[in-house]
Amino acid sequence: MPKATIVIFSGDLDKALSAFVIATGAAAMGWEVTMVFTFWGINIVRDEKKKAPLKKDFTSKMFEFLMPRGAKQLRLSKMHMFGIGTAMMKKRMKVKNVQGLREFIKDAKELGVKFLVCNLPMDIMGLQKEEFIDEVDDICNVSTYLKEAKDAELNLFI
Amino acid sequence: MADETLDCRGLICPKPLIETQKKLKRMELGKTLEVVGDFPPSKKEIPETMVMQGHEIISLTEKDGVWHIVIKKMK
Repeated sequence: MPKATIVIFSGDLDKALSAFVIATGAAAMGWEVTMVFTFWGINIVRDEKKKAPLKKDFTSKMFEFLMPRGAKQLRLSKMHMFGIGTAMMKKRMKVKNVQGLREFIKDAKELGVKFLVCNLPMDIMGLQKEEFIDEVDDICNVSTYLKEAKDAELNLFI
Repeated sequence: MADETLDCRGLICPKPLIETQKKLKRMELGKTLEVVGDFPPSKKEIPETMVMQGHEIISLTEKDGVWHIVIKKMK
């Protein structure tokens, strides 16, 4: 079966949705899919409630506070309009029977998509592995990604 | 009649295929699944993927824009 890797750099709602449409679509067609969350993308897989077990410094606390916490708090890359645009988009998706990002994450997991979170941005932003949703399989670094990408037919950077 | 049915009416790409795969995963070998839907591209996409994965398409019918696909789980 073909293999795909998707690097999600962006933490924007629209870009994350496209990434998950591709990932779940490919997985449903029997592809082996690995998603690597890096930089702003790691906010997609942050848990809404989980607390970090270790004490954080001031900058890490600022990052924790300022960045969107999980799939529900993401914003559109365009037309966010202080939240009005994003709310309207979510409503429109509901009307058009398109499921939300959280449901896409659950579907992806059920179809066997592998979720990896990159180590580097975690370090920079002071996030700890206990702060991510249960769907995350592992923490990775660039060599893990390159190994996966080497024998994949499709490699996307979103 | 098929052993199980899945109603995908109102769902759009890639949901019908995702739901079909999720349902098939939970079924036993040799059982049949009838998928009902109204999103046109899925009518082609679902059988193609099923055949590629080694399942059998027993029937495909369409009436007034609503299609019925009967799949036999083979793997």
